[in-house]
Amino acid sequence: MQRLIDRAKALLESGEVARVLGWRKGENVWDVEPAFFASPEELSDFVYNGFCGANLSKYMIEASKLEGKTLVFLKPCDTYSFNQLTTEHRVDRETAYIVGVGCKGKLKIENIDAKGILDVQGAGYPDASEILTVKTLYGDKEVSYKDAMLERCHVCKGKEHMVYDELIGESVDTCDGDRFAEVAKIEAMSPEEKFAYFQSELSKCIRCNACRNVCPACSCRKCVFDSNKFDSAQKANTISFEEKMFHIIRAFHVAGRCTDCGECSRVCPQGIPLHLFNRKFIKDIDSLYGTWQAGAEVDARGPLTNFRTDDAEPSIVTKRG
Amino acid sequence: MSMNTEFRPTIVAFCCNWCSYAGADLAGSSRLAYPADVKIIRVPCSCRVNPMFILRAFEKGADGVILCGCHPGDCHYSTGNYYARRRMTLLFSMLDYLGVENGRTRVEWVSAAEGVKFSETMNSFVEKIRSLGPNVRLGDLRCKD
Repeated sequence: MQRLIDRAKALLESGEVARVLGWRKGENVWDVEPAFFASPEELSDFVYNGFCGANLSKYMIEASKLEGKTLVFLKPCDTYSFNQLTTEHRVDRETAYIVGVGCKGKLKIENIDAKGILDVQGAGYPDASEILTVKTLYGDKEVSYKDAMLERCHVCKGKEHMVYDELIGESVDTCDGDRFAEVAKIEAMSPEEKFAYFQSELSKCIRCNACRNVCPACSCRKCVFDSNKFDSAQKANTISFEEKMFHIIRAFHVAGRCTDCGECSRVCPQGIPLHLFNRKFIKDIDSLYGTWQAGAEVDARGPLTNFRTDDAEPSIVTKRG
Repeated sequence: MSMNTEFRPTIVAFCCNWCSYAGADLAGSSRLAYPADVKIIRVPCSCRVNPMFILRAFEKGADGVILCGCHPGDCHYSTGNYYARRRMTLLFSMLDYLGVENGRTRVEWVSAAEGVKFSETMNSFVEKIRSLGPNVRLGDLRCKD
């Protein structure tokens, strides 16, 4: 972490960058928040630890409209989102000075709480295969790092940065699961079971729009969900289908552009597994139109803005059963 | 007086202006019958149909939604229906994933010369929806018994 601060200070002082986009410590150790730092003094609040899950590439949309370069810290998975935003001309690559930071998997405070470890005051940042020591009001507690990790880190796309100006820090591979295992499990259910599963998950939705606001792919200036003609703009639930409609459309609007960064599920205050919608689209795109990873390269034509004359007919869904 | 309890589905058909809509016209002028349950909405191209149109139709009480466009390769705007095909495939797959019967949605390619196909398609689709019964999973569930 000190290396990141030192480098940011040096770049700010030399005038090469006008501001730094990073993570600032919050009220609690796990409430790390994305923040801009305009001067070397402000960097005293900068943190980089296991709770820095936030994908900063979305904030580059605003930052790239500002004067001067912005130093942005990106984890390997964030660089996919950055590339996707560059492809969509939402972010100007020239306005960013990208420092690729190492990632050893990010933590989820709920997973630590679920182990009965409460009142967390601090946590180390060991390698993923190791034991995480958590400082609490009641003394130090230990938990396996893997158990405390975010779901998305178990299905990590890899620790290689897709785009960067320089790299600082070591990464440790955390992938130990199959990305589509959960989707396949739901696909194998009967229609009644599927419906009941999603009904129970989506009825938790409180329409806070956090999943949309945090999503680097949801970068429209005017969003369809902000229209008062759209049902879920009214916060009171009147129709049982409203949440499903919102979540289908949200996932559809990012289909083919979603890099599977998992931010939607991370920020959901209700713990809805929103990545299951995005991954279903990714799985279908992979199987029907060829393997596709959004953001792996700049200026690639996405699967939904492209076609082949021999594409599958929509009736394949019924036939597949 | 006895109530008529036979189930009459509400079917929304999005028809492309350049082919299926004219196909429906041809079906009419050829005196081919198709059920009055089908409500046609004319769109400039099958590609105009936003996934939200389909979901909204269901929400407002449709029991089935069918999208009719030009045959692949024959789009008036060259390629619109190819994009529509990909979108609808993904949308239908998602509806299936959520446990909504996928028989309630369909895409058919009907040209302006295919009045017979239009009528046959609509007949078979209405028959299919009748057999599935009213749509309860996608609709507005307020004030219904």
